[in-house]
Amino acid sequence: MSLTHQDVARIARLSRIAVTDAEIEAVGSQLNNILGLIEQMQAVNTDGIEPMAHPQDVSLRLREDAVTEPNRRDACQAVAPQVEKGLFLVPKVIE
Amino acid sequence: MINATLKQLSQQLATGQVSAVELANAYLGRIEALNPALNAFITVDREKTLAEALAADARRAAGQAGLLTGVPIAHKDIFCQQGWKTSCGSKMLDNFISPYSAHVIEQCQAAGLVTLGRANMDEFAMGSSNENSFYGAVKNPWDVNAIPGGSSGGSAAAVAARLAPVATATDTGGSIRQPASHCGVTGIKPTYGVVSRFGMVAYASSLDQGGVMAQTAEDCALMLNVMAGFDERDSTSLERAREDYARDLAQPLAGLRVGLPREYFADGLAADVGRIIDNAVSELKKLGAEVVEVSLPNTQLSIPAYYVIAPAEASANLSRFDGVRYGHRADEYKDLVDMYEKSRAEGFGSEVKRRIMVGTYVLSHGYYDAYYIKAQKIRRLIANDFAAAFAGCDVILGPVAPTAAFNLGEKSGDPVQMYLSDIYTLSVNLAGLPAMSVPAGFADNGRPVGLQIIGNYFGEAKMLNVAHQFQQVTDWHSKAPAL
Repeated sequence: MSLTHQDVARIARLSRIAVTDAEIEAVGSQLNNILGLIEQMQAVNTDGIEPMAHPQDVSLRLREDAVTEPNRRDACQAVAPQVEKGLFLVPKVIE
Repeated sequence: MINATLKQLSQQLATGQVSAVELANAYLGRIEALNPALNAFITVDREKTLAEALAADARRAAGQAGLLTGVPIAHKDIFCQQGWKTSCGSKMLDNFISPYSAHVIEQCQAAGLVTLGRANMDEFAMGSSNENSFYGAVKNPWDVNAIPGGSSGGSAAAVAARLAPVATATDTGGSIRQPASHCGVTGIKPTYGVVSRFGMVAYASSLDQGGVMAQTAEDCALMLNVMAGFDERDSTSLERAREDYARDLAQPLAGLRVGLPREYFADGLAADVGRIIDNAVSELKKLGAEVVEVSLPNTQLSIPAYYVIAPAEASANLSRFDGVRYGHRADEYKDLVDMYEKSRAEGFGSEVKRRIMVGTYVLSHGYYDAYYIKAQKIRRLIANDFAAAFAGCDVILGPVAPTAAFNLGEKSGDPVQMYLSDIYTLSVNLAGLPAMSVPAGFADNGRPVGLQIIGNYFGEAKMLNVAHQFQQVTDWHSKAPAL
């Protein structure tokens, strides 16, 4: 199967990456090439094989639900694009 | 001094033959002279480096120096380091001065290693040629027309050009071994979970593993002693007793069973690379190793499986770059979604965007089972192949890459061609095994070629033993490019 321009636009939107009309052709053809490579997997019989999510198959550790980090808000917000009174600023979301 | 190994520098510092400040100045001088041509470093900060070196000398004067206190090191620009720009090779993080340090950095600082600078890399560690860096490609010190390999190309080029005696690096699909091979240095990727991922900018979390590059296997062992260890801030860090990775270096190799996977010597392997690997195997035979043929039948499938799993995890990990809390934000936008879309379109390079989009697609509704679950099943088959192979051998040997370093620009227009060159390295990450690249000779075009050593889980000391013994009877690792 091959991605259409519409598919590419949808994937770009889901990815939150702006793709211009001028780019869509090239992006689509590269994605199709990669998906063509990936398609090789479908020829393999994997019935009864347990998916492997993690090399050691260990389960994730649990920890006490306790505060472990100090408050470093100023240091962490020093790298933010826009802050005011300790808050991150974003464009208006709710009208 | 510039050609000294970590071990030698450690001795020179201990005897007072040289100070940390003198060493830092020597390497900084070399970086200033050679980096403009090689582009191995993204950030160099003489003042910060000298402050660390002064502190190291003071620590020694106070009698509190460790084995590596005062030894200079380059850090891949993927490890967050407080007060240093941590760009990860991306425009997205070009303005990111890290407010905290990665576990690896903390460990290096605790040992008293002195930061020389931040090594260039493929953007977000995605690439096999270092051509995907926002800061421009790194040049291979052996031939400036050649790629250095990727994604840890800056680390490899820095060690090869003797701009640093040692460099940290990371390996998600071969990003330590392939550049180490292409630049003629020794590199080790430990077992998944041995080195903490805390503060290492995430690409594909179930595959990412920190490691190191240096001139010798012995140096890699000394560094791994510093870098490895349990860290509760990494959810997949393994709780294991501390071990001395240098403990088995001197063991003789008599009786060692070396597995050669037939799939690694089939069509697609360049004749000159094949010859170099054959010669390396012969050297090990002379040291008493026995060779057995093994099979890793699903090797070919590592490419599609990796290029599903890694982009899928990347698409999730890189969703944090939204232009809100840190990183690039577009200048103009009409609403929140537009701000995300423009910031990400401007901040990410084309390979990163491709992988995010592939990942988004394979995880999207209706495709998850066909792609992601299928790839995870193949991942299991690949891990099973290794388990079967290791039933009959102690280490597996083979090439790192099908050819020596290709030319800059040769594959950059064709992502799939680039992906295919990862054929001998991806399986190791999918299985979570440790592996190394050790300099083993030069291809017909004069570019270095590495021998890959793959160990069983937690077999680092054994691999380092094999590599060290090989380096006792060969001198490929001590060769440096004329610069």
